[in-house]
Amino acid sequence: MSLKHDIEFTLNGVKRRATIDITMNALDMLREVIGLTGTKYGCGEGECGACTIQVDGVSLNSCLMFAVDCDGRNVTTIEGLANDGKGDALRDAFVEHGAVQCGFCTPGMMMQADHLLHKHEHPDEACVKRGLEGNLCRCTGYKKIVDAVVACGAAEATP
Amino acid sequence: MTIAEKKNRVIEPETLIGKRIAKMDAPEKASGRTRYIHDINLSGQLHGKILRSGRIHALIKSIDTSAAKALPGVHVVITAADIPDQRPIGVAKDHFPLKVGRVRSQRDEIAAVAAESEEIAEAALKLIKVEYEDLPVISDPEEAIKPGAALIHPEPHGADGSHEHLKQGMSIAHKGKPDNIAMRFDYAHGDVVQGEAESDVVVEDTFKLHYVTHCCMGVSGMIAEFDASGNLLMYSNTQVPFLHKREFAEYLNMDPARIRIIQPPIGGGFGSKLDIYPFEVICLYLARAAKRPVKMLFTREEEFLASPTRQPVLLTLRSGCKKDGTLTFRQVHTLHDNGAYTSWGATTPFVMMQTFSSLYRVPHCDYHTAAVYTNNPYAGSFRGYGNLQATFAIEQHMDMLAEAIGMDPLEFRMKNAQDAGEVSGQGMSFKSCGFKDCITTAATRSDFSRKFRENAANRKKPGNIKRGIGMASMLHVGGGAKIYPSDGCGTILKMDDFANVTLITGASEIGQGSETVLSQLVCEELGLPISAITVVNNDTAITPWDVGVHASRTTFIAGNSAIGAAKKAKSKILAVAAKKFECAEESLDLRGGFVIRGDSGEVVIELSKLLRNLHFQDKAELVMTTFYYEPPSVHQDKGFKGDVSAAYAWGTQVVEIELDTDTGFIKLVKVTGAHDVGRVLNRLGIEGQIEGGVVMGQGYAFTEDLIMENGIMKNPNFRDYKLVTAPEIPEMDIAFIESMDGEGPQGAKGVGEAPAICMAAAAANAIANATGVRMFELPFTPEKVYRAMHGQTPKLYWKPWRVE
Repeated sequence: MSLKHDIEFTLNGVKRRATIDITMNALDMLREVIGLTGTKYGCGEGECGACTIQVDGVSLNSCLMFAVDCDGRNVTTIEGLANDGKGDALRDAFVEHGAVQCGFCTPGMMMQADHLLHKHEHPDEACVKRGLEGNLCRCTGYKKIVDAVVACGAAEATP
Repeated sequence: MTIAEKKNRVIEPETLIGKRIAKMDAPEKASGRTRYIHDINLSGQLHGKILRSGRIHALIKSIDTSAAKALPGVHVVITAADIPDQRPIGVAKDHFPLKVGRVRSQRDEIAAVAAESEEIAEAALKLIKVEYEDLPVISDPEEAIKPGAALIHPEPHGADGSHEHLKQGMSIAHKGKPDNIAMRFDYAHGDVVQGEAESDVVVEDTFKLHYVTHCCMGVSGMIAEFDASGNLLMYSNTQVPFLHKREFAEYLNMDPARIRIIQPPIGGGFGSKLDIYPFEVICLYLARAAKRPVKMLFTREEEFLASPTRQPVLLTLRSGCKKDGTLTFRQVHTLHDNGAYTSWGATTPFVMMQTFSSLYRVPHCDYHTAAVYTNNPYAGSFRGYGNLQATFAIEQHMDMLAEAIGMDPLEFRMKNAQDAGEVSGQGMSFKSCGFKDCITTAATRSDFSRKFRENAANRKKPGNIKRGIGMASMLHVGGGAKIYPSDGCGTILKMDDFANVTLITGASEIGQGSETVLSQLVCEELGLPISAITVVNNDTAITPWDVGVHASRTTFIAGNSAIGAAKKAKSKILAVAAKKFECAEESLDLRGGFVIRGDSGEVVIELSKLLRNLHFQDKAELVMTTFYYEPPSVHQDKGFKGDVSAAYAWGTQVVEIELDTDTGFIKLVKVTGAHDVGRVLNRLGIEGQIEGGVVMGQGYAFTEDLIMENGIMKNPNFRDYKLVTAPEIPEMDIAFIESMDGEGPQGAKGVGEAPAICMAAAAANAIANATGVRMFELPFTPEKVYRAMHGQTPKLYWKPWRVE
């Protein structure tokens, strides 16, 4: 029998508890225990970035993080990002710039881009490309994703 | 009341065509709300897993599933022996979903489990004991084709592994194959002997193309459920739901009418979901046996191991031209690694021969292909469908021939490029053709000729960084392809009393933006904003028939179908309005949500008001129309000749690189593309298609390589299979040539596959321009480039396999 553990953490601004298998990763907890499916499985080994979440303001591959390590932390997923104003602006930029095709990488891209925009006030193209290096996309060729993030950063910079 | 009595505001004409329209499903996708197959769970659902072969080529001596069956939480364990009614699957019907008696590749399916959870299913797989007797592995197609080579499909056997059920006319899976040749294609027009005699220059080279795979970001999956009456409901990522309905019915020996396929949004297609693969049929067997819904999802490793690939090709091309730059002939022999079984990959020669016969004017062409069985992964269809491989060879020879006769490569191409109105030797009729515009536009925008000369002059100068520029063009079907008995698509269109439209189309959306383009075309006809439309496109119980997403056909075929339905609705509406307002139908039009006077734009009535009137009058009328579009293309004859597509797409890409001779590393600096797309419909969408295709082509040319060693896949993961990442993309300058195709919807032609095709060929030409060294083998990894630059690459030569 596998060991279970109780954790308490903040998920998208709401405090909650979860009982999870100690071997479970954060991705499976989010998708299967909590039922938030916006965070995607792409490879399970931290190579594709489809499962990117933010933990205490840092972007992470949730497939490489033990779920128990969420204990006491502040976790944000795409569902949480979609609920704040900054997330809305980023989503609108993705939509307007054509950054979404099949959309499977998009939640991870959005989480990583949001993190990037918190770290750099108005990142240029090279900075955005470097910042999104760990997120794979097979449809768009990245250009429109980069355009969207640069434009969103520029809009934030002008009050 | 007549029109003349009313003075109304005027609606100015507006068009949606050519605008940047945001993809309709993008807000949901960017909010993480879209439910892909991975995100759907049915109550009572079990999880299916497959035990794959531990061996590459072996006889299965015994399978013991007793321990797996005894594990708590396991509902069903099946092997071939449990499914006596298994039918062979695949394009050549050469394998069973669960393998019988023999495994022929690493991915082969031996047994499957349905259990309460994925963990239990995986634990059960580990308890299944299989005894094998290893056989010699054939991993080289050149070995496989030699007389006396060991056979991949040698023994006849019945579906239960015995010889007893063998009948005449049975499939390869039943009766075996006396050689390793999966498919052969032989095509000719003109007389290559005469062509060669007329040539002043002849070049012959062997080209080697490698294994790559789709790498859809969403892994493969399926959910299957039989209801109490025996009807089957599938959640499937297929690109061809209506064809698969029929095929699944055949495999299950059931009535196709009782199968319903729902297509949830799909995490990438690119051709990978065009065939039925063993896991899908196995998932159905599990659901049937368990009498519960069964969900099956691949891991990423499984996605690499058990997905189709682009077909590796060994190709020897002999081409000639006259001193004045006229092409004289092409003679081509190719050897395709089919892998252990036959999927659509084996039929890519259909497309390759079109490129060899018809990309530029080719007076004489002779083409021979053999796709041979090996113990490697089996190849499927992949964006471009053989055209990347063919273009890689042809466009290098275009440069080499030009150089041999001392002609500028641009001038040489222009001399041989076709014009509208020409018919190729294979019978392809180029009604619209922007080929020359593509070449000159890409060349001008990239300053090709100046850079080409300067780079060549700089080769011998000191310094390890060499700049190169290279060009390649492509020809691909752009108006569907008559491969199946029909290439059509149906549309149902209904309007509610608020003048909102529901577009019900057979065309699937796989991320390419078809739902948005089809909406645009309908709204353009009906004078409505894009916000007035809802698209239903993913349920075979609702949507009309369509042959599926492939061959860059959806915008063209489904677009014409949608326009046809919208035109019918429009004439129905205008007839009613004309009667009501006592004027001629022809004097009215639809614009901005109103019925207007066509000449002045004056408002006659709000469309929603007119539609409400219709619903609530004595003889109530609902505006609902259907339309079926079949393109005016023809099937090829037995010699593969015929006008197989209603339109053809052209494109030219110019690639600029910086090559470091010390490291072999190539930086892709810039790609300038000019694509004849007929007409731009959604500018945002088409840019996205081209950019994505360019970067996919970049991966094919430089980074991606599925490494096979003696039948074993060495790199089934993103760590070692290198996809292009954001910092590596080139600057892209994309131009659209609008040749306004007469058959196309609003003049448009297909574009989905086109942008991936030229990249590797143009890159090879850029390397030659930078260094004077020709590279004939992909991918251009630093190691391969370094070896080539330092004279360590032996000249490839594959002696063409002659046809008896």
